[in-house]
Amino acid sequence: MDPVLTVRDLAKTFVEGEQECSVLQGLSFDAFPGEILCIMGTSGCGKSTLLRMIAGLETIDSGSISMPGQQEGGKAGAAMVFQDDALFPWLSVCDNISYGLKLGNQDVPGDVASKRVADLLELVRLTPFSTYYPYQLSGGMKQRAAVARALAVQPGIILMDEPFSALDPFTRRELQDEITRIRDTASADGHPVAILLVTHNPEEAVYLADRIIVLSDRPAAIHGVIDVRLPHPRSISDREFLVIREKVTGLVKR
Amino acid sequence: MVRNNKQTISNMAKGLAVILLFLVIWEIAAIIINNNYILPRLGDILLVLVHPLASVLGGASLAQNAAVSLREVLTGFFCAVAIAVPLGLLIGTSKEVDSYLNAFIQMIRPVPPIAWMPFAIAWFGLGFTSIIFIIFMGAFFPVLINTIDGVHGVRTQWTDVARMFRATSLERVRTVVVPGAMPVIWTGLRVAFAVAWMCVVAAEMLPGTSAGLGFMIMYAYNLGQLQVIGAGMVIIGIIGLGADLLFRAGQARFFHWQGRG
Repeated sequence: MDPVLTVRDLAKTFVEGEQECSVLQGLSFDAFPGEILCIMGTSGCGKSTLLRMIAGLETIDSGSISMPGQQEGGKAGAAMVFQDDALFPWLSVCDNISYGLKLGNQDVPGDVASKRVADLLELVRLTPFSTYYPYQLSGGMKQRAAVARALAVQPGIILMDEPFSALDPFTRRELQDEITRIRDTASADGHPVAILLVTHNPEEAVYLADRIIVLSDRPAAIHGVIDVRLPHPRSISDREFLVIREKVTGLVKR
Repeated sequence: MVRNNKQTISNMAKGLAVILLFLVIWEIAAIIINNNYILPRLGDILLVLVHPLASVLGGASLAQNAAVSLREVLTGFFCAVAIAVPLGLLIGTSKEVDSYLNAFIQMIRPVPPIAWMPFAIAWFGLGFTSIIFIIFMGAFFPVLINTIDGVHGVRTQWTDVARMFRATSLERVRTVVVPGAMPVIWTGLRVAFAVAWMCVVAAEMLPGTSAGLGFMIMYAYNLGQLQVIGAGMVIIGIIGLGADLLFRAGQARFFHWQGRG
C-alpha cells in the first residue's frame, strides 16, 4: 500500500533575534490510507510544529513532506482540525463545512458540493443542526463540525492537534469513538483517510491509534514507534491495553 | 422570549423616564428663570417642532434644514467609509504598510476636524464641499482605527484554516478577515456617524453657509430665538437616536453570531 504522507529528514529551526531553537531534526515516517497514527512527546517537543508543517502553515528548513494524493486533480493532501474548533463564528455549521469547497482552488460543482456537505452532516450526526451557528453548539458538536469541514475537501490525511483536550472526559470518549467510526465509514465509502493525531494522553493514543510515534525532546527525532494491534472498539481495562499504555507512558517519560 | 420582551420594555421605560425627568427639570427651570433669551419654555420649542414644513425665521423650514444637514452627513460619512475601510484592511493586513503610515495617522488623528476649516475654505471655497471635507475628516479616523483594530483582532486560527485550505490572499481577506473584523468595523461606523453629526453642525455654524441645522441654530442665536435653537437640538438628537437605533438593529441582524443575546 502506498503511503498518503511521506516525511523525510524533516528539520525545523526557529530563529528569534540571535536565538536559534532547533525543534525538529531528521524526522522521517510514513502514514498509510485508513491508518490512525498518533504522535506523542513531551510538551514543546515540536508535535504541533510538525502538524503545521504538514498542513503548509510553517515553512520547512530541510527535508521533505510529500502527499501523493495532493497531485491528483487538485485534491487536498492534508486538512487540519485545530485544538479548539476554529470554526468561523459568522458561518452556519453547513457553511463552515462547505468553506473549503467554495474556494477557487476547488473544482467541485455546486450539486456535488451540496451532496457532500449533506453526507458529512449525516456522518458527524449534525444534520438537524446544519443552520445553527457555532455559538449555539456544544464543544463536542463544534469539534465534529470541524472534522466534517476537514473531510469536505476529501484529504488523504487529516491532521488533528489535540482536538479533544478542551472537552470533558465523557465528550472526549464519545468523540474518540466517533473518530474511528468516521475513519471506517470514509474507508467503506472509498475515500480512505489517514488520521495523524497529536495527543498528550497515552490512554487516548492507545485507544485510537494503529501506530504511535513517540518523539524525543528538542530537537525532536523519533524516539520510538509502537504498533497497537488491538481490535476496535478497545477497552481501556484490557490487560493488553494497559500494558501498551504503560509502555507508551514509559517511552514519553523516559 | 417573554422574558426578553419584558427586559426590553423595562429598559425602554428606564430610558424614557430619564428623558422625562430632564424635560421636567428644563420646564421648571424655564418657569423660574422666566426669560426666553436664556431658557425657552418647552411649549415654545414644541411649537417650532410641530410645524416642520413652515419657514423658520423667514428662511428654510426645519425639515429642509434637517434634510440639508442629513445629505451632508451621509455624503461625508460614506466618502470616509469608502476610503477608511479599504485602507484599514490594507494597514491591518500588511505590517509594511502599517510601518509607513502609522506615525502619519497618529499625528493627524488628534487634530479636531473643525481645525481643518481654514484649509477646507482655502482649498474648496465656502459651502458644501468644505463641509463635506470637515465631516470626512471627522468620520474617517474612527472608521480607519476600528478597521485596523478589527483586522488585528481576527484570530490567527481562522486565517490558518483559510491558509490550510489554500485560499489565496484575496480569498483570505474576503472570507475571513472582513467578516471576522466586521463587528469592530461596525462599531467604528457607529462612532463615526455620531462624530459626523457633530461636525456638520459645527461646520454649518461657520460663515459662508446658508442652510442646515447648524446654520439655523447660529442664525436663531443671532436673532435671540432660543426656541428655534432648542428645536434644532431636538431634531439633531432625534436623528442621532434614530441612527444609533439603526446601527444597533444592524448589529443584532448581522452579528447575532457573536452570541451575546
